[in-house]
Amino acid sequence: MKVMAQMSMVMNLDKCIGCHTCSVTCKQAWTNRSGVEYVWFNNVETRPGIGYPRRYEDQEKWGGGWVRTKSGRLKLRSGGRMKKLATIFSNPKLPEIHDYYEPWTYEYDMLLNAPAGEHTPVAKPKSLLTGEDMKISWSANWDDNLGGSAETMAEDPILQHMSEHVASEYEDTYMFYLPRICEHCLNPSCVASCPSGAMYKRVEDGIVLVDQDQCRGWRMCVSGCPYKKVYFNHKTGKAEKCTLCYPRLEVGLPTVCSETCVGRLRYLGLVLYDADKVAEAASVEDEHALLDAQRSVFLDPHDPAVVQAAREAGIPEDWIDAAQRSPIHKLINEYKVALPLHPEYRTMPMVWYIPPLSPVVDVIASSGNDGEDAKTLFAAIAKLRIPLEYLAGLFTAGDTRPVEASLRKLAAMRSYMRGINLGEGKDERIADAVGMTGDSLEEMYRLLAIAKYEERYVIPAAHTEQAQELDELACSLDYDGGPGMGGAGPFGSSSGQQVPVAVENFHALKNRQTADRPSTSGRVNLLNWDGNGAPTGLFPPKSEGE
Amino acid sequence: MTTWDILLWVAMPYAAFAVFVVGHIWRYRYDKFGWTTRSSQTYESRLLRWGSPMFHLGILMVIAGHAVGLLIPREWLYAIGIDEHMYHLGATALGTAAAVLTLAGLAILIYRRRTVGPVFLATTRMDKLMYVVLGAVLLFGTIATVMYQLLGPGYEYRGTVGPWLRSLIVFQPRPELMVDVPIMFQIHVIAANVLFALWPFTRLVHVWSAPIGYLFRPYIVYRSRDDARRPGSRPARPGWEGIQTPDPKKLTKL
Repeated sequence: MKVMAQMSMVMNLDKCIGCHTCSVTCKQAWTNRSGVEYVWFNNVETRPGIGYPRRYEDQEKWGGGWVRTKSGRLKLRSGGRMKKLATIFSNPKLPEIHDYYEPWTYEYDMLLNAPAGEHTPVAKPKSLLTGEDMKISWSANWDDNLGGSAETMAEDPILQHMSEHVASEYEDTYMFYLPRICEHCLNPSCVASCPSGAMYKRVEDGIVLVDQDQCRGWRMCVSGCPYKKVYFNHKTGKAEKCTLCYPRLEVGLPTVCSETCVGRLRYLGLVLYDADKVAEAASVEDEHALLDAQRSVFLDPHDPAVVQAAREAGIPEDWIDAAQRSPIHKLINEYKVALPLHPEYRTMPMVWYIPPLSPVVDVIASSGNDGEDAKTLFAAIAKLRIPLEYLAGLFTAGDTRPVEASLRKLAAMRSYMRGINLGEGKDERIADAVGMTGDSLEEMYRLLAIAKYEERYVIPAAHTEQAQELDELACSLDYDGGPGMGGAGPFGSSSGQQVPVAVENFHALKNRQTADRPSTSGRVNLLNWDGNGAPTGLFPPKSEGE
Repeated sequence: MTTWDILLWVAMPYAAFAVFVVGHIWRYRYDKFGWTTRSSQTYESRLLRWGSPMFHLGILMVIAGHAVGLLIPREWLYAIGIDEHMYHLGATALGTAAAVLTLAGLAILIYRRRTVGPVFLATTRMDKLMYVVLGAVLLFGTIATVMYQLLGPGYEYRGTVGPWLRSLIVFQPRPELMVDVPIMFQIHVIAANVLFALWPFTRLVHVWSAPIGYLFRPYIVYRSRDDARRPGSRPARPGWEGIQTPDPKKLTKL
C-alpha cells in the first residue's frame, strides 16, 4: 500500500444555475493575458450541448485518454511513444483555435473617438488573432441555455451515443449545467503524453501542473487530455492548464472558482488513495466497473492501518486529520452520491459530480404532482429514462444504476427533510428505501443544503516551516525583474525570468492593460483592465483649453 | 593566402562556433521559458500537415548526409568498400531527394507563414531573419549540388571541405584547403556560419529539445512540491533566510 493524498473537488450540479461566475473569476485570475484569450480553465456547459471545445467528448475524433488493449494493459488512445514522436512535426489530433472559438474584442474607442456623423458609432468586433473585422459565430458558451439547442444539440456526442428517438424529445424534458475544470486525474493521460516530461503530478497533493521552463511546445498534452483541459498558449508556445489555484490551496484558501461560486456548490478536500492500485483499477475490462474500481482505490482515512501507512508515507498529521474531515470522502465513498465525469476515459478523474435532481422535480411539479413526495420522486426517477441515460453517459460510462441510486438518495433527502420541516417527524422508511439512515440523511443535508464554508472546504495548508517557499506569500518586489527591472526579456514579453505565479509587477500590469491592440492603437482591453489607474486610451485626451 | 582567407575560413567559423556555444548556455540559463518550438499549429494545420513533416524529415536527412560527407574521412569509407563512384551516386541521389523534400516543405511553410493571418502576426523579426539565413544556406547548398554534382563533372568536396572542417575541430586549421573551393560551396559555408551564430537566439534551439527521453521514462511523472524549490533553484527572498544558531565566536565581551 502506497498512500498518497489528492486534493479533489465535488460539484453539486443540483445547485448550479449556470451563472458563469466561476468562469469569469477564473479567467480574471489566470487567463486574462494575450495568448490565452480563448482559454477558460473553468467553463460552464449547458447539457445537452456540444461543450467547449466543440464535441470534445468525441474521442474517436480527438483520441484523448486511455484504451485497454486486448492483453489488458492501458495504451494512450492516440498512440504510444513511437507514434507520438513520429507525429511530433504535425499533431494530427490537435484541435485548432477555431475548435474552441476565435477570440475577439470590440473596437471600443470608436464609441469615444468617432467623428460627429449621421449615424451612432458602433464598436465592431475585431479578431484578436488577426486584428481584422470578424463575424462572431461561436464562443465558449455560445449554446448557453437554449441558445444553441435546436441548431447544435443533436451534435452532442453523448446524445448521439444514446438511442435515436431521444434527441428530438430532449429539449422539453431536461437541461442542466456542467461546470468543468481540469480533473487532476490519478492516471493523467496528458502527463503520459508529454514528450518533454514537463507535466507532472505533484506528490503532496496530486495537482497536475505544467513546468513552464521545461515545456517545449510539442502539444501532445492538448490532444492527450480527453477533457481538453490542457491549452496551448499561442503567444508563449507553451501548454497551460488549471492549477487548482495551488498558490491559494497552499495557504488554506479554496480555489477562485470555489470561492466565488454563488451557488456554493463546490466542495474541496483531500482523498487518500493507494497509488499502487491505480493502474490496475484503470484497466478493468468492464467500463461499468470503472466507477467501483476507482472508489476502491480510495482509502478509508479512519482505518488505523491507513493512518499508520499515511504517517509512514510522510503525510503530515494535520493532512490526515483533514482527510478524515474531507467532504469529498463523504460524498464519494460514504454517501456515494458523487460520480466521476467520463470514467470510461480511464484517467481516474478527481473532480466528481452530484447529478442534478432538480429537473426531475421540475417535471413532477409542472405536471401538478407533489415534487417532494418520496414515492412520487422515486417513481419519476425510474420513469424518466432519458435524463437517466444521458447522465449515465456522462458519469458512469452508460450504466444507469449508480445514477439512479444517487438521484434516489437526493430525493430521499428532500422528502425526509420536508417531513421534519413540516413537523411530520422523521420517516425512517424513506432512509431505508435508499439504504441510508435518517441520521446520515440529515448529515448529508447539512453538507449539501446548509453547506457551511468550513465544511465545504477542508483544506490543510502547506506547513508554516515551508512558508518562505510558497508563492502566495512572496513579496511582489523581491524577485528579478521586479519594479525597475524592466520586466520582459530580450525575446519579447514571453521570455526571460519567469514572474512568480501569484505576483504581477508594475510593468507587466501596465503592459497587460494596454496590450492586445491589433485593431487600433491606444485602445484599452476592458476585459483585461483591473480597475486600477487610468491607462492611456481609456479616456479621450483632454483638449488644450482645459 | 590572403587575410581574407584567414578571416573567412579560420576566424569566422571559430567566432560562429563560440557564439553558438556561449549563446546556447546563456539562453538556457536565462531564458528557459522562451525555449520552445513556438508551434503555430493551433492557428492552421491543413498546410502544416504537409509542410512541417516534409521540411523536418528532409532537414534531418540533410544533417545526416552532411555528417557522413564531412565528418567521416573518405578513406574510412573506402575501407568498408564504399568507393568514390558509389559514394557519389548515393550522396547525389539521397541528397537531391532530401533537398527537394526540405525545400518543398520550406516553401509550403513560408507560403503558409505569409498568407495565414494569425501565423504571420505571430512571426517575430528574429523568425524572419532566421528564415532568410536558413533559406540562403539551403538554397546555396542546393545550387552547389545541382551545378557541380548533377549538371557538372562532380566536385570532390571530401578532399577539401571535409578535411578543412575536421582541421577546425582538432584546432589545427588548414584554411588553404578552402581557397580553391567553388564559389557556391564557399557561399554555402559562409551562410551556414551565420546560421550557427544566429542559432541560439532563434526558435532553432528547439532542435536540442528533441524528446528522445520520452521513449525511456515512465508514463506518469511525479514531482515533489519541494523539488521545484530546492535551495538555489530560485533566488532567496530577503527576510526569509533560514534560522541559525548564532556563532559564539562572534560574541564580544564589552
